[in-house]
Amino acid sequence: MSTNRQTETPMVEITDVHKRFGNLEVLKGINLTVPLGKIISIIGPSGSGKSTLLRSVNHLEVIDSGTITLDGVAVNRPDIKGLAFERHINHIRQNMGMVFQHFNLFPHLSTLDNVTLAPRKLKKMDKKIARELGMELLDRVGLADKADVFPAWLSGGQKQRVAIARALAMQPKVMLFDEATSALDPELVEEVNQVMQSLAKDHMTMLIVTHEMGFARDVSSWAMFMDGGVVVEENTPDKLFTAPDQERTQNFLRKHLGSNL
Amino acid sequence: MVEVTPLLVKAAWVTIDISVRAIVFGFLVASALVFFRSVKFTPVRWFSRAYVSVVRGTPYFVQLLLIFYGGPTIGLDLDPFTCGVVVGAFNIGAYMSEAIRGAIESVDKGQSEASRSLGLGRLATMVNVVLPQAAGLMIRSIGVLAIVLIKNSSLVSIISVVELTYQAQRLIGSTYKPLEIFAVSALMYIVIIYAVMGIVELAYRRTTRFNAL
Repeated sequence: MSTNRQTETPMVEITDVHKRFGNLEVLKGINLTVPLGKIISIIGPSGSGKSTLLRSVNHLEVIDSGTITLDGVAVNRPDIKGLAFERHINHIRQNMGMVFQHFNLFPHLSTLDNVTLAPRKLKKMDKKIARELGMELLDRVGLADKADVFPAWLSGGQKQRVAIARALAMQPKVMLFDEATSALDPELVEEVNQVMQSLAKDHMTMLIVTHEMGFARDVSSWAMFMDGGVVVEENTPDKLFTAPDQERTQNFLRKHLGSNL
Repeated sequence: MVEVTPLLVKAAWVTIDISVRAIVFGFLVASALVFFRSVKFTPVRWFSRAYVSVVRGTPYFVQLLLIFYGGPTIGLDLDPFTCGVVVGAFNIGAYMSEAIRGAIESVDKGQSEASRSLGLGRLATMVNVVLPQAAGLMIRSIGVLAIVLIKNSSLVSIISVVELTYQAQRLIGSTYKPLEIFAVSALMYIVIIYAVMGIVELAYRRTTRFNAL
């Protein structure tokens, strides 16, 4: 990494992270820093470990060794157990917004209630104030008019925009996107990308796992190519996407840019 | 026939009373069993599984006789009605626990992941996200179990609870009209069971109204 990157405030720091599922080692010593206000994209083939890495940051996967910190606080705490850890991880997670490939909206709640569930339950926010906050966030993703419908009535793109609004509701320090547009019909990708771009303009810190090479190149300040549980190559998006050093990166991009750009 | 009908209606109320109580307490038994299955302490989980196996592996009729006639030997002396409720509750509880557990496990794992990722704890996730969705998935199976229990409640006549079937038998003894009396009591069972099916269907629609058509 270049020297000026090291002077930036790290929001997420991943250090020598290892993770295995049974005999299969899916993360083989990953290092990554997400500086405050920056956007890091991770690309790579299926099974490269990129989603596992992102999920590890949120502790949806438990890493075997290494450290992950959010704003200087360790996510993994093998030293604390039970309820104490539960409190710790709930607190950490409130500061991270996570967006899933399959949206995972709560189908039994209106879009507004999806967005306001966390602030109402965790901040004991008053219903009226929560509604105002929820409407503000839905407006931000362009769906204020859908506040009172159930997710089943929304298109995929709309669902994902609600999911982004939901993830923003706790005012997270970082947003994690796990292939947020991979499950969408091609014509619906753009509306989600636009929302993500608007977050970028507001200097939201983001860690993005994506198959959208064009999007990754446009918004990221740093891009990583992962394969087989290791970081094969990382660079500024301009360099990584146009003149990658490694042959594996070149082969991967040739396959993807051929169809996506 | 006209003069015995009020007696049958009264007995039908006993059938409803004993069944509703058994279903309500059975739900509590089932909830406890489901909770036991999730406890970290292994013997508790083991107990829950063993309990369900024993209840499923034995006839309701035998359970009833065992508790009513065998109970007093170990200091469990229940009057017939209470015994009917207790055995009914512990019987349906075992089956219901499997229905509830199955429904909870059928809720997409992504749902609890999304909830946990927002910072909601295990309990808050269960209460606000998983159970409201599991409700729709379990309600019909619970309805079927309730119907089986109502029909099985005719078996408590063996321990002399004067419910619908027992009353019908008694009235036949004095009127010698088995066809009419059993036909009327069968009709009453149908009415009760259709009412239950209606309630279940309403509850099902209420708990799944968020789904698109």
